[in-house]
Amino acid sequence: MSSAVLTYSPGAIRISAATQEAAWVRWGLIALALGWLALFLFVPLAAIFTEAFRKGLEVYWASLVDPDALSAIKLTLIAALIAVPTNLVFGIAASWAIAKFDFRGKQILLTLIDLPFAVSPVIAGLIYVLLFGAQGWFGQWLSDHDVKIIFAVPGIVLATIFVTVPFIARELIPLMQAQGTEEEEAAVTMGASGWQTLWRVTLPNVKWGLLYGVILCNARAMGEFGAVSVVSGHIRGLTNTLPLHVEILYNEYKFSAAFAAASLLAGLALVTLALKSFIEWKTGAELRASNEENSHEH
Amino acid sequence: MAIARTWKSHSVLPGFGLALGFTILYLSLIVLIPLSATFIKSAELSLGEFWAVVTAPRALASYRLSFGAAAIGALLNAGFGLLTAWILVRYTFPGKRLVDAFVDLPFALPTAVAGIALTAVYAPNGWLGQWLEPLGIKVAFTPLGVVVALTFIGLPFVVRTVQPVLEDLEAEIEEAAACLGANRWQTFARVLLPALWPALITGFALAFARAVGEYGSVVFIAGNMPMISEISPLLIITKLEQHEYAGATAIAVVMLVASFALLLVINSLQWWVSHRHGRKQ
Repeated sequence: MSSAVLTYSPGAIRISAATQEAAWVRWGLIALALGWLALFLFVPLAAIFTEAFRKGLEVYWASLVDPDALSAIKLTLIAALIAVPTNLVFGIAASWAIAKFDFRGKQILLTLIDLPFAVSPVIAGLIYVLLFGAQGWFGQWLSDHDVKIIFAVPGIVLATIFVTVPFIARELIPLMQAQGTEEEEAAVTMGASGWQTLWRVTLPNVKWGLLYGVILCNARAMGEFGAVSVVSGHIRGLTNTLPLHVEILYNEYKFSAAFAAASLLAGLALVTLALKSFIEWKTGAELRASNEENSHEH
Repeated sequence: MAIARTWKSHSVLPGFGLALGFTILYLSLIVLIPLSATFIKSAELSLGEFWAVVTAPRALASYRLSFGAAAIGALLNAGFGLLTAWILVRYTFPGKRLVDAFVDLPFALPTAVAGIALTAVYAPNGWLGQWLEPLGIKVAFTPLGVVVALTFIGLPFVVRTVQPVLEDLEAEIEEAAACLGANRWQTFARVLLPALWPALITGFALAFARAVGEYGSVVFIAGNMPMISEISPLLIITKLEQHEYAGATAIAVVMLVASFALLLVINSLQWWVSHRHGRKQ
C-alpha cells in the first residue's frame, strides 16, 4: 500500500523532503562537527609536524640521528617485534578455541581477554614491578641469579605484551565465528590434519582481519607510554623507547627535538590509519562482490 | 531434552585442548597472576591502613579529577560523537572519507605524542591557547586541560558504536513518522534517539573507562599539582617513586575495582545492544 503512494509522484516528493533536513541545518551540523574534530584532531596533528620542522630540516634530521634517539627507535622496534608475534600466536589460539568450539565459560574467557583494555597502563606497569622489582616477589631470586627484568628490556617487553594482549584476538574471534565451521569440518573429514586446516582453510579466510589486528596491535605496541614508563627507569640509550625519549626531551625543554621524535610516531599513526582504511575498503569490496555473486545465482 | 553432561559440545575439529590450554596458560601468566599481585600486595596493609591510604585527601582529590574529568569528556564525546556519526552516515560533503578515517586517530596516535601536541595547542602561548588566554580561559596546566586530553582519547568510541546502528536503521520508520505528521526534530527525538540509546550509552561507557585510567596524554597538559590537577594514575607513579609500594598498590586496587565494575557494565550493555538488534524485525 505504501509503495502505491510512493510511486505516485506528488506524495513521493513530499515524503522524501520530510525525511531530509533543510540545507542550512545540514551544512550547519557538518560545520559544527568538523569544527569539533578540528579542535581535537586536525589542529593538534598539524601542530606536531609544524613544531618538528620549526627550526628547519637540519635540526630535525640531527635530532633523529642522535645516538639516544637511534637507540630509542631500536628498542621500540625490538619491543614491537616480540610483542606482536607473541600476541598473534595467542590471538590465533584463543580464536580457534572460542570461535570453532562450544563450551561453558566462553563468556568469562572473552571478558578475561578484554581485561587489559580496562586496566590503566600505569597499573599494567605496576604489577610487573610488584612481581619482578627489587622489593617484588621474585626480586631476591632474580638479583641472586643476576637477571634484570625491571629497569631493563625484558620488563619493557612484558609491559608491552600486557597492553596489547586483546588486539588480535578481538579482531579474529567475531570474524571466525561468522565464518562458521563447515569448511574446517570438510577439510578434516577429507583427511587434513589440524595444522593443515588452520593454515590452508581458516587463516586464508580471515587474512584481512588478521592483518587489521596486527596493524592495530603494532601501533599500540610502538606507542605505549604509561606501562613502559613505570618499568623502564628511563635509562638513556638503554631502556628508553621512542615515546619515553619524547617525554625526556620535552621535559628538558628541547621542544624541536621532542616534536621531531614525536613526528615519527605520528607518521606511524598516519600509516596505521591509511592501512586500516585500505583493509576496510578491501573487505567491503570483497563483501559486495560476494553479495553480487549470490544475487546472480538467484 | 536431556541436559548435556559435558561442558563442551562435540566437534570433529581437532586442537581444542591445545588451543584452550595455551589461551588459559598465556592469560594466567601475562594477565591474571600479575594482576592478582596487586590484591595480595595491598593485603600487607591492615584494613585501617588501607582505608587511610585510599581516603587520604590527596587520593580523594585525584579520584574526583580522574573520574570527574573522564565523565565530562565522555559526555562531550557522547554529544559530538553522535553528531559526527550522524554527518558521516547521513550527509555527503567533500573529504568525508578522509574525515571518517581520521576519527580513529586517537586510537593510533601514541598517548605521549597526543599529550605534547595538545599542550602545544592549548598552552597559554599555544596555537589556540593564545586566543583563549585574553578571554580568561586557561586550558593547559589546569583541570580543564585534563578534560581536553581525556576528551581527545575517548573521541572515537561513541562515533564507532553509533555509526553502524545508524547505518542499519531503516528509512521506513522515519517515513512513517513523517507521514503521521511528525516534524524532523520530533522524528529524531521520538523515533531515532530511542533506537540509538543503547549504542550511545555503550560508547559513553567505553570512552569513560578508557579515560579513567589514562596517563600519557594527561601528564603533559595537566600541570600535575597535587590536590588540583593530579590524576590517580600519576599518584600511583608518585608513590612508586617514593618507594611506597603498598600505598601505590592500594590506590591501584581502588582503580582496578572501578575498572572491573565498568567492564561488567560495558559487557552487559553490549549484550543489550546485540539483543535489541537481534530482536528487531
